[in-house]
Amino acid sequence: MFLWFHKLGSPPHFYRIAGKWIPWLSWIFLVLLLAGLYGGLIEAPPDYQQGESYRIIFVHVPAAWMSLFIYVVMAFCGAVIIIWRMKLAEVVLISSASIGASFTFLALATGSLWGKPMWGTYWVWDARLTSELILLFLYLGIIGLHNAIDDKRVASRAVAILALVGVVNIPIIHYSVEWWHSLHQGATVTKFDKPSIHWSMLIPLLLMALAFQVYYVLALFQKCRVELLQRERNSKWVEEL
Amino acid sequence: MGGYAIFVWPSYALAALVLWLNWYLPRKQHEKELRQLRRRHKAE
Repeated sequence: MFLWFHKLGSPPHFYRIAGKWIPWLSWIFLVLLLAGLYGGLIEAPPDYQQGESYRIIFVHVPAAWMSLFIYVVMAFCGAVIIIWRMKLAEVVLISSASIGASFTFLALATGSLWGKPMWGTYWVWDARLTSELILLFLYLGIIGLHNAIDDKRVASRAVAILALVGVVNIPIIHYSVEWWHSLHQGATVTKFDKPSIHWSMLIPLLLMALAFQVYYVLALFQKCRVELLQRERNSKWVEEL
Repeated sequence: MGGYAIFVWPSYALAALVLWLNWYLPRKQHEKELRQLRRRHKAE
């Protein structure tokens, strides 16, 4: 196990493995996306209260989940960087940041588009919305800090610390709807014992979530390959490409 | 879309744009990096 982990952490090995996986991941993503879109836009019935507007959740909810998940991955990488100084963790952390920022932006923008017809406003300074906005600023802060420091190894340690400190925001986002009076609805799907969403809507939602998860790995692999080429441009393995 | 098309379709369009950009830009960047590396090797 340790040997496998050590081998995967080697930049040339990861570069090759990621390159082989990208076409497979692209197809898996496409199939899941089409199945999710078919289920969400065609098969699922309109909501009895929200009508057709609820269909925004098929992109909003997976994007919001990914915004949290990616930050947790980054915080984990941050811990690995500080403890083991693993180069690949540095690459994964910074490559994840822009994908995470994109998903956070998407969650905020689609939530806003859903909020206008349902709440009567695009934005409220609600606990859930505000903590999600703070998450976007954290992502942007990490990208900015990494770009501001020339030495990439020093930059990686700095963003690792920021990622670890910022992870405190993740439970705040998740529990904000329970801890404060919020306009945002409470947990619907994550009540695993009895989700308060019908199966006809839950299945496409889960398919879209899975598609976004696969997409994250796909986009991450592509970004990591670029980052590895830039960092290792003077290495022998890059010269041999 | 029951009068909600103005909110639903822009959400999907935005999602498509974000997903496409995160897929396309690193792909182009990767090709550019490889081109630069090959040019550097030829020059050496």
